[in-house]
Amino acid sequence: MAAGIKLEKVQKFFGTNEVIRKIDLDIEPGEFVVLVGPSGCGKSTLLNLIAGLETLSAGHIQIGGVQVDDTPPRDRDIAMVFQSYALYPTKTVRHNITFGMQTRNIPKPEQESAVDEFARLLQIDQLLERKPGQLSGGQRQRVAMGRALVRKPAVFLFDEPLSNLDAKLRIEMRTEIKKLHQRLGKTVVYVTHDQIEAMTLATRIAVMDNGSIRQFADPATIYENPADLFVAGFMGSPPMNMVPGRLVVDEGLFVVPDQEPEGGLRFPIPAKAAARLAGDDGRKVVLGLRPETIFAAGTELPGPNRFVFEREVDVVEPTGPDTMIVFSVGSQDLIARVRPEDARPSGTRFRFEVDMGKAKIFDSETGRRL
Amino acid sequence: MSAHVTSGIVRAKGLRHQLMRAVLFVVLGIFCIYYLIPLVVMISTSLKSLEEIRAGSLLSLPQEVNFDAWGKAWNSACVGVRCDGLEPYVWNSVLMTIPAVLISTLLGALNGYALTKWRFRGADVIFALILFGAFIPFQVVLLPMARTLGQLGLAGSVPGLILVHSVYGLAFTTLFFRNFFIGVSDGILQAAKVDGAGFFRIFFGIVLPMSLPAIVVTVIWQFTQIWNDFLFGVAFTVGDSNPVTVALNNLVNTSTGVKEYNVDMAAAIIAALPTLLVYVVAGAYFVRGLSAGAVKG
Ligand SMILES: Nc1ncnc2c1ncn2[C@@H]1O[C@H](COP(=O)(O)OP(=O)(O)O)[C@@H](O)[C@H]1O
Ligand SMILES: [Mg+2]
Repeated sequence: MAAGIKLEKVQKFFGTNEVIRKIDLDIEPGEFVVLVGPSGCGKSTLLNLIAGLETLSAGHIQIGGVQVDDTPPRDRDIAMVFQSYALYPTKTVRHNITFGMQTRNIPKPEQESAVDEFARLLQIDQLLERKPGQLSGGQRQRVAMGRALVRKPAVFLFDEPLSNLDAKLRIEMRTEIKKLHQRLGKTVVYVTHDQIEAMTLATRIAVMDNGSIRQFADPATIYENPADLFVAGFMGSPPMNMVPGRLVVDEGLFVVPDQEPEGGLRFPIPAKAAARLAGDDGRKVVLGLRPETIFAAGTELPGPNRFVFEREVDVVEPTGPDTMIVFSVGSQDLIARVRPEDARPSGTRFRFEVDMGKAKIFDSETGRRL
Repeated sequence: MSAHVTSGIVRAKGLRHQLMRAVLFVVLGIFCIYYLIPLVVMISTSLKSLEEIRAGSLLSLPQEVNFDAWGKAWNSACVGVRCDGLEPYVWNSVLMTIPAVLISTLLGALNGYALTKWRFRGADVIFALILFGAFIPFQVVLLPMARTLGQLGLAGSVPGLILVHSVYGLAFTTLFFRNFFIGVSDGILQAAKVDGAGFFRIFFGIVLPMSLPAIVVTVIWQFTQIWNDFLFGVAFTVGDSNPVTVALNNLVNTSTGVKEYNVDMAAAIIAALPTLLVYVVAGAYFVRGLSAGAVKG
């Protein structure tokens, strides 16, 4: 049975340091929720609060409709996978996996069949008699997963489970975790600082910053409709271009980048957004342009709200499938994502086309999306 | 391990460097001899007869090896008025040392575990106080301790000595284990808690088996300290309950006419043998454990 999780005004202090700032979060049964945010923003602390490994300073937590504020970890029907794996070094893989069942006095035959089932599922059935020290990183990761899965809890908590693996293995395990979730249907709360992991795994993403949740939504919304500058800047790689400037009304609405010379570049705002901002002449804003919305002029089918301009290429960075072109607007470096065959060497003039329909405008003071 | 890693490092060549190395080894050799001579003298003297001792020089090797002095030191030399050799006192020491080592090691492990892994308000203050105990000169506590033992009815007995050594060993054993456990990841503890284990289950099931190196270091340290202790032995036991260190002193000081140097030497070696043995058997572990506790962050 999957269980929902409900956080109400959850708060955590370490000394006088408020690490979790009144977080509300409502997770449906069977969801895969990813907590993502920069290092030190309180992701692990929030997960530990859900697990019962830290005590709440204020607020309430419900798991499966039951208030668990004062329930110790072992009675919360959860299992956890740690970043460091935290395997018991003196125990064999088998006993690592069965330890939780032993402490709960589950009969031996039941333990054995559970171990067999998940060892095969995770392809660690050959390793059961080894000690953790004799395993590779990927194998340890699987054992840690096995230890969590074997008890069939209602909720799985993952704290950066893949961050100690090399890039290739990380992508493999990511897919396996997604498969496991689809197969078992249990609620998962998954912590990562890797926004690609968040995008690929989550049914919903909670973007955290400095102890608060900035936005909680499905991956597409987080990417296409970021609530503020922080979310927009955190999600996406390379990150969204942020052009500070001001709104100018001049037969239509434009964003004029700061420190752009008189008569220089100005980005036209599409009519729909312009209607909302018409009264804000002179307002300081930040224009957000994702690299993939800037490309070589004429290489895509023409659409509405396209804007073509010319700049000098500063740096060319091929990545394989795409080539990044760095150029400057005002005092700002911008990145465009073009097809490799459209790239030109640095120093040459280049005609860029930007899809202003996908541009985001933020208030430069509050960071809120406008 | 380290020899394997560093043996391939390129060294400077040339006459000057070889000369330096030669000087280094000569100096080291001199220190080595200086260190070993007393032991050599003791062993060789213990194997000589009394006449040979009187005739030859201190440093000469025995012409004729005989173990009479060893036999006498073991079971017939006079300690005070009793002439049964050191044997009964060795057993006193064994009966005192083993329980005291086990108790202080186990309690030290529990202390270290609680102080690092079940942090509570004031843990650091308590640790500082325990550590302070490692620096108290034991002479200071003799009188209050004697009074305490008297109140408990343990004065002058081996169990009393076990209690004293267990209590005064705690400062060091706690220190050793605390430094070891501080390097054990908290994640393991959290995993065990999620797995449903409590304080003692985690301690005995997971933490204690992990701490084998710390256990070895602590056992060696405590064994050496307690076996070699003279002060508490002489202060808190009388006659038949003396540990071997006190008995050795009495044996050497019991004068029955001629001074039997060979018996004295044999007795001294007998008294020192168990700690030597522990070092030889577990010495490699000792060094490894010390550096593991010191370096592991
Ligand atoms: N036990 C603790 N005592 C004091 N401060 C802590 C403790 N655990 C975490 N913190 C602080 O809380 C903040 C959030 O930590 P954490 O939740 O581990 O961040 P994240 O997992 O997002 O990297 C950090 O500033 C960290 O220093
Ligand atoms: Mg963390």
